Amino acid sequence: MGAKYFGASVRRREDPRYLRGEGRFVDDIKLPGMLHAAFVRSPYAHARITAIRTEPARALPGVAHVYTFADLERWMKPLPLFGAIPPGLSARVAVTMRQVGQLAMCRDEVRHVGEIVAMVLAGSRALAEDAAERVQVDYEPLPVLADVIAAAQPDAPVLYPEWGDNIALSFRTGFGDAEAGLREAHVRVRERFTIPRYVGMPIETRGVIAQWDPRDGTLTSWNGTQVVHFVQQGLVAALGLPPHKIRVIAPDVGGGFGTKANGYPEDLLIPAAAIASRRPVKWIEDRREHMMGSAHARAQVHDIEIGARRDGTMLAVRDRIWVDLGAYNSWGIVLPYNTVAHLLGPHRVPSLDVECLGVVTTKTPNAPYRGAGRPETVFAMDRIVDRLARALGMDPADLRRRNYLTEADMPYELHIPYRDGNPLVYDSGDFRAGLEAALAAVDYPALRAEQARLREQGIHRGIGISGYVEGTAIGPYEGATVRLDPSGHAVVATGACCQGQGHETSFAQIAADALGIPLEWVTVVGGDTAAIPFGVGTFASRSAVNAGSSIHEASGRVRDKIVAAAAALLEASPADIEVSDGAVSVRGAPGSATPLAAVIRAATPTFARPGVTELDFEATVYHHQPTVTYTSAVHVAVVDVDTGTGAVTLRRYLVAHDCGKIINPVIVEGQIHGGVAQGVGGGLLEEMVYDEQAQLLTGTFMDYLVPTAMELPDIETVHLEYPSPRNPLGMKGIGEGGAISPPAAIANAVEDALASFGAKVTRTPLGPSVVLGLLGES
Amino acid sequence: MTHSIRVTVNGQEHARAVEPRQTLADFLREDLDLTGTHVGCEHGVCGACTVLLDDEPVRACLMLAVQADGHRITTIEGVAPADGGLHPIQEAFWARHGLQCGYCTPGIVMSTCAFLRERPQPSREEIREMLAGHLCRCTGYHFIVEAIEAAARALAPPPPRRP
Repeated sequence: MGAKYFGASVRRREDPRYLRGEGRFVDDIKLPGMLHAAFVRSPYAHARITAIRTEPARALPGVAHVYTFADLERWMKPLPLFGAIPPGLSARVAVTMRQVGQLAMCRDEVRHVGEIVAMVLAGSRALAEDAAERVQVDYEPLPVLADVIAAAQPDAPVLYPEWGDNIALSFRTGFGDAEAGLREAHVRVRERFTIPRYVGMPIETRGVIAQWDPRDGTLTSWNGTQVVHFVQQGLVAALGLPPHKIRVIAPDVGGGFGTKANGYPEDLLIPAAAIASRRPVKWIEDRREHMMGSAHARAQVHDIEIGARRDGTMLAVRDRIWVDLGAYNSWGIVLPYNTVAHLLGPHRVPSLDVECLGVVTTKTPNAPYRGAGRPETVFAMDRIVDRLARALGMDPADLRRRNYLTEADMPYELHIPYRDGNPLVYDSGDFRAGLEAALAAVDYPALRAEQARLREQGIHRGIGISGYVEGTAIGPYEGATVRLDPSGHAVVATGACCQGQGHETSFAQIAADALGIPLEWVTVVGGDTAAIPFGVGTFASRSAVNAGSSIHEASGRVRDKIVAAAAALLEASPADIEVSDGAVSVRGAPGSATPLAAVIRAATPTFARPGVTELDFEATVYHHQPTVTYTSAVHVAVVDVDTGTGAVTLRRYLVAHDCGKIINPVIVEGQIHGGVAQGVGGGLLEEMVYDEQAQLLTGTFMDYLVPTAMELPDIETVHLEYPSPRNPLGMKGIGEGGAISPPAAIANAVEDALASFGAKVTRTPLGPSVVLGLLGES
Repeated sequence: MTHSIRVTVNGQEHARAVEPRQTLADFLREDLDLTGTHVGCEHGVCGACTVLLDDEPVRACLMLAVQADGHRITTIEGVAPADGGLHPIQEAFWARHGLQCGYCTPGIVMSTCAFLRERPQPSREEIREMLAGHLCRCTGYHFIVEAIEAAARALAPPPPRRP
């Protein structure tokens, strides 16, 4: 099999429809007789509901229904929980975990601003919103938990009284003797770093439509989600229907970034309302709802300490981590353990001691967002490595050179399990080579010389480096069904949904190569539970490896069926059959070329005597990924800091990365650019801010600042390629990587720029007032 | 209570009765079924809903349908030529990977149409400044900037022939 498309920058096949305005997003779907939903949401962070009066809303003409918890109680089972501890992990790490499933609609208590208290259905969205404002709710405020450290104290008010405290999760792990390592170290540095709440913020908000068909008892829901099968499973549990009676479709989805991989109350409330009202129901989230009701992310505090010899050799890392989970621990082990597993990254460190606490607060629940624990942990590690460099009087690049792992170290085991319970063994890569490639690409010595020259002119330029190693493509599986139609064109169905990553192109590249047909003959269907019964979804940089491997293997099996049919038809040995460009031929006999359609026709009993072979050109594979593949990168940020205004200008940004074998280079580059932009947002602009009453202060795009084209430079990329031995095509995941290092690289650069002031950067975002504050402190 | 309005959208005239509070974005999407105009924030920041009003870019979420009475509107559905091909700006976005999820794309294409008419040979800085009126969460803008540069080259009049 030749790779005709794999590795080529094929133009994306989905683009023309988007460019013409012919995409179909949830909000573009209209059904006859459709009602529109609006929600009444809590203005309090924590309160008891003492009364709800819905009559004023019901009285408004055009209002069809007003529902509270009691009206929908039969379906109000707790929402699905994620992040159970796999056996391989619990065997080696003692984790204490408590999870309470959120009710889709509050019964008698609200636990964060924006939680849903009532729902209105009306003939138009505007009417529904008018009516929602007329619903009167009496609240009795309860104590709030606005700060994660305070919430973890023994004397804090308790959100779930049955727990006795607010610690939803705790564990301690590590390897080697970190205590001894720190004792032996010539130099030790320690700091507390804070990673704020910042979020995915897709430009398309969430939306759900549901339609109940009483004819066959089938529910269809269009949902702008990254995980149609998870949404389906949640509905199965709540509605008591078999999965095949619940079809969940993610049409075109306008960005996800993890925010849309979470389970949400509306996933259930809209279908429940459609069943209760016997009318199709539509809900499109507005931006304000998105800010308070869609999952938040990041929000960690690290007390980290590192010890090293005088020559820079790292000996030990100790870290104590607080993760602010928000009001519900929906994601269990995922964020806390990701944080711990990725702390050391590219560094060789002989001992580690880390303790992690997941703490509930009265804020919007925390869920994975592009990087999911990794940007946080890399921020803590790369900041403390820079502090160590300063304490040692070493260049931060040289300190990393001394401690980064190389290809000779691979495979390299970190002696803690990965989050999937398997041993944490880096499969391939050369992190020092990545560092050298990045430093060469920016001409690091020249940058340092220029920095010194500029400093004399009063310009404060800083250079920051950050590196990470990222477990990508977590399993357990993603499947694919590949089948030919009578013309020999192929349909590829997979549970991996697309939110802009180009699946319709890159998956088709894999299938076309393996089948021996033109790319244009392949149609990729993702995001439809009716197309494939089992699926996981798109998140965690997992789709290329998991779905891509299944597509490759299933296409190979279909090709085998084509070869068998062609061999029978052409009376040749299967070993001599070639499939290429949608035709079969016998090797060495060009005149034998036969269109695929003719081979399929010959296998049809009606047409060809008894049929030369079985009329079956379909295969399904659920590729099992044994454990994750390890992507890595080194980022370099160059900033100028205006000490008069506090403004930070990002001058250059470079990424040298390895994601194994690349399906489509231009798509990979686009993924890196987008990830970096989100990371730059976290470094310079973005924070979900709460006041001491746990009231959300950032409810609009005027308060929550997303980077524009003016805050970002061109993003330079260097591709390194260390194929993974863990899947047939040697791929690794790339979706999240770009977002991991920018906050650390930028913070390192800003502290470097302000070194002469002795400024200490301990948190992001580094907006002007924060930077001026740094100068004031020093 | 409704008001009667008359608008020309993508060359076609429409006379409709609209509620005074209906936004232009909702009018285009719901009353005219032109769903290519996307709504991202409804408070005038993200730019996804940008359309051209008498050839000038406007935020369709910040304008009421009644304010469009008597005006000429172009939406993303009116950009491509009738022969089924793509406009050079759309072609450039496709060639340079200037979009990912495609949600912000229609608004950016509309702004680019107006921008390149006014500044046929923009600098990169000018392109970035124009783009700052739009939020894209997928691309980091890098390939969008390149796409607009490529579109400007494609739209430039051919050099004068030598005598």
